[in-house]
Amino acid sequence: MTFDPYKIREDFPILKRKINNHPLIYFDNAATSQKPKQVIEVIKNFYENHNANVHRAVHTLSQEATELYENAHEEVAKFINANSIEEIIFVRGTTEAINLIAYSWGLHNLRENDEILISLMEHHSNIVPWEILSKIKGFDIKYVNVNEDGTLSYKDFENKISNKTKMVCISQVSNVSGVVNDVKRLAKTVHEHDALILVDGAQSVPHMPVNVKDLDVDFLAFSGHKMLGPTGIGVLYGRRDVLEKMKPFHGGGEMIRNVFFDTNTRRCVITWNDLPWKFEAGTPNVCGGVGLMEAIRYLRKIGMENVKAHEEELTRYAVRLMRKCEKVKIYGPKGPSARCGIIPFSLDDLSSHDVALFLDNYGIMVRSGFHCAQPLHEIFGLNSSVRISFYIYNIREEIDRFIEVLKEIEQI
Amino acid sequence: MTAIEDYVARIDETCGKERDFIVVLKYEKKDEAIAKILKKAKIQKTISSIIFELTFKDISFRLYRTGKAIFRKLKDKGELQDVLIDLLL
Repeated sequence: MTFDPYKIREDFPILKRKINNHPLIYFDNAATSQKPKQVIEVIKNFYENHNANVHRAVHTLSQEATELYENAHEEVAKFINANSIEEIIFVRGTTEAINLIAYSWGLHNLRENDEILISLMEHHSNIVPWEILSKIKGFDIKYVNVNEDGTLSYKDFENKISNKTKMVCISQVSNVSGVVNDVKRLAKTVHEHDALILVDGAQSVPHMPVNVKDLDVDFLAFSGHKMLGPTGIGVLYGRRDVLEKMKPFHGGGEMIRNVFFDTNTRRCVITWNDLPWKFEAGTPNVCGGVGLMEAIRYLRKIGMENVKAHEEELTRYAVRLMRKCEKVKIYGPKGPSARCGIIPFSLDDLSSHDVALFLDNYGIMVRSGFHCAQPLHEIFGLNSSVRISFYIYNIREEIDRFIEVLKEIEQI
Repeated sequence: MTAIEDYVARIDETCGKERDFIVVLKYEKKDEAIAKILKKAKIQKTISSIIFELTFKDISFRLYRTGKAIFRKLKDKGELQDVLIDLLL
């Protein structure tokens, strides 16, 4: 399929909107993506025609909903090249996926004298659950340094990994700088130390081909809403043999096979359901799963290589023009292929929120602040930054307009 | 009786050591609120008719035509509420 962003834009109703009397330019894709009409239609159709609870009833509607929900797991498995749906757990998003690993794996496997490694470029959601758990279990957390350009210090990683290391938590793409980490290289070293690797794929899976077998990762977490799907649905991929040994995260319906009341002990004896349902307690987000399935089908039609190439081209173009702005300072690595469609910057001594509000006045949506990654900002020596981030529907003309407004801000 | 909630939709406190307060005015009342603020605060600078740099009782802040304002170096949310009461009521 030929990649045509102008044709793609026709599928996104929100892009016809005006904000403050200006055409909407949406450059906050690292926070969440917009939704194509195909995804919106599938969600509407689900509630109009197929809505029922799954895995619970023999009636027709429940069978239809169950089939759709299981197909959604299949679609995700194919998308990241997992072995089967047993390795695909639906969660609310990346944050919940990481918390699931922390509590289902970490709570039972980490103890005093153990260590986990976390990079300093992580989103708070890949830091905070582990810090909370370390206070309970007494294991140590070693933070892997980041170089001045935002890239991971592989040297520091090699120095810090040891036989005490049980888990390495790393994002494939930084949500602040867009730096792409060499996960395959990291996974090889992690496994040589008999540890596990958890990859935060929130900023990679929506933007580039990701193959869990090729990367050889143990866990991969990502969110549906950043890849054209609805909010409230995300994915935890886990290697089957690791997941089978793990205890459930939440207890309730769906995740159990039997709750047998033993009249002798007067206690319930519980056996867990099979994978992946063992980790999906309660009524799941069925419609969210169906919406995510359609989003993935949309992305597969375009081709993830095309998505990656388009964003690289936009990044190259934007960085070239932004470098001509005297007061703009760009952070992160120099080469566009070293970053994934994300450009953080500051403008002289203006606060990031001022820049964002000025751009908002012209209908340009960007993110300002810490982007939930305060440690990395401290490394960059920043109180906060402005972040633009691209997706399949962004075009060069939007960047031109953004640069025009940026130049106007420079005059302040 | 009028309250600041009649004009203010939301107050966001940003993260970090130097915390800013972003005041979002109610869309349907923003023009009225902006007029009240401009009447009471002193205009230091106007930029492209989009941003007003203002001072009020030794407090500097920026007001945007889109109905948002950024307040810096305030002690806490209580101080901000007091300033908003003086500006809007």
